Amino acid sequence: MARAQQDYDDIPGTFVFDAERSRQGYGINMFCMSLMKDENRKAFKANEAEYLKKFNLTPAQTDAILKRDYNRMLELGGNIYFTAKLGATDGHSFQHLAALMTGSSQQDYAAMMLSGGRSVEGNRSRSGKGKPAKSKSNKSKSKSKSSAKRK
Amino acid sequence: MAKIIAGVGSSHVPAIGAALDNGKTEEPYWKRVFSGFEKSKRWMANTKPDVAIVVYNDHASAFSVEMIPTFALGCAAEFPPADEGWGPRPVPVLKGHPALAAHIAQSVILDEFDLTIVNKMEVDHGLTVPMNLLFGTPKEWPCPVIPLAVNVVMYPPPTGHRCYMLGRAIRKAVESYPEDLKVVIFGTGGLSHQISGPRAGLINSKWDKSFLDNLTKDPKKLTRIPHLDYMREAGAEGIEMVMWLIMRGALDDKVDEVYRFYTVPASNTAVGHIILENRRKAANKSKRPPAAKNRQAAARKSAHRIASKGQR
Repeated sequence: MARAQQDYDDIPGTFVFDAERSRQGYGINMFCMSLMKDENRKAFKANEAEYLKKFNLTPAQTDAILKRDYNRMLELGGNIYFTAKLGATDGHSFQHLAALMTGSSQQDYAAMMLSGGRSVEGNRSRSGKGKPAKSKSNKSKSKSKSSAKRK
Repeated sequence: MAKIIAGVGSSHVPAIGAALDNGKTEEPYWKRVFSGFEKSKRWMANTKPDVAIVVYNDHASAFSVEMIPTFALGCAAEFPPADEGWGPRPVPVLKGHPALAAHIAQSVILDEFDLTIVNKMEVDHGLTVPMNLLFGTPKEWPCPVIPLAVNVVMYPPPTGHRCYMLGRAIRKAVESYPEDLKVVIFGTGGLSHQISGPRAGLINSKWDKSFLDNLTKDPKKLTRIPHLDYMREAGAEGIEMVMWLIMRGALDDKVDEVYRFYTVPASNTAVGHIILENRRKAANKSKRPPAAKNRQAAARKSAHRIASKGQR
């Protein structure tokens, strides 16, 4: 079933964890929650595909988890506070996940944060300008119409 | 009579807790953050509240997706720190105030805020990090705590207006509690940040500054901000700033901003902090000239008028 269009779908680079995604992603999030226990982390690591069978996931969800495609997990109903537990199980820092999701190296991501973070300019609206800017250096290309109006 | 004397707004970035727990507070990156709370700790030590009400959100610790209460009030006698995957934070168990919590629950539910009552709950960094920032790292916390967990993880969180009005109802509840207690209320989370998706790393300092300005001067304006604007302007996770409006709603209309601190970043987040005092506290101390007292009396009256209206 197609997802109903929401006003916040216009925010670029953002998967809002709403009631619909919460319903759809219940299995992903319960799987991630199970990783709070050491014995479960070990069982998952021993045979990932087998362990995932316990959570009533769709093939696409299973695939996203096995591939550690964090954006896809969010799109299919995962929530970041939950999927971060999978990252921790893999031994990654949160910044590693953030860099992965933004398509940048951890070093570049860390440097962006230190220099004040990703600017909202050019990152407010999809409809206003098309694709989200990948980093601050792209922002001049993509001025959002709605951003000008919002001030 | 119990009384809310002040409100504290503070970010609750988990990495701040990790920096404390791993002895990194003297590193320049973290010193920049912690130095901003030195004055606040002194303020708190002088203020000596009898109870702290801490509005915060759980991050997949006490609540998974099995139950998602919008407002959950901690009425237990104690709240242990949660294991968030690295073992529980080495902070003291928080003592609750079950009597005042039960009183608040009864009062605000009859005021039409349908709270969930929680009699067993672990609390995560959302609550323990602001406690550390304001109380330091004592062996025992100096006062009992009433946690109020707000769902800001699954969209939609309660609206800013709803949060503000709940703050009003909490204030009314506290003021009808017979024991003389000084209460400080915390609003935590934020400020701008997004930690999910390709837009992760978003920070909007201009928005944050305006939010802090209006929190002091014109909180009603903030109650009209739609969720879409929070998410667009302050990041998908920046929406947790609505929790600050519960704190603000529990204060007088006119407050004194006694302290503010802002720095970017701590981990992926803009750190914001503010301390707001109700003026009647100052009035009770008789520090102000009579003319100012009259103005405060008028402000108090209008605050009560708004509170009793119940709606905008």
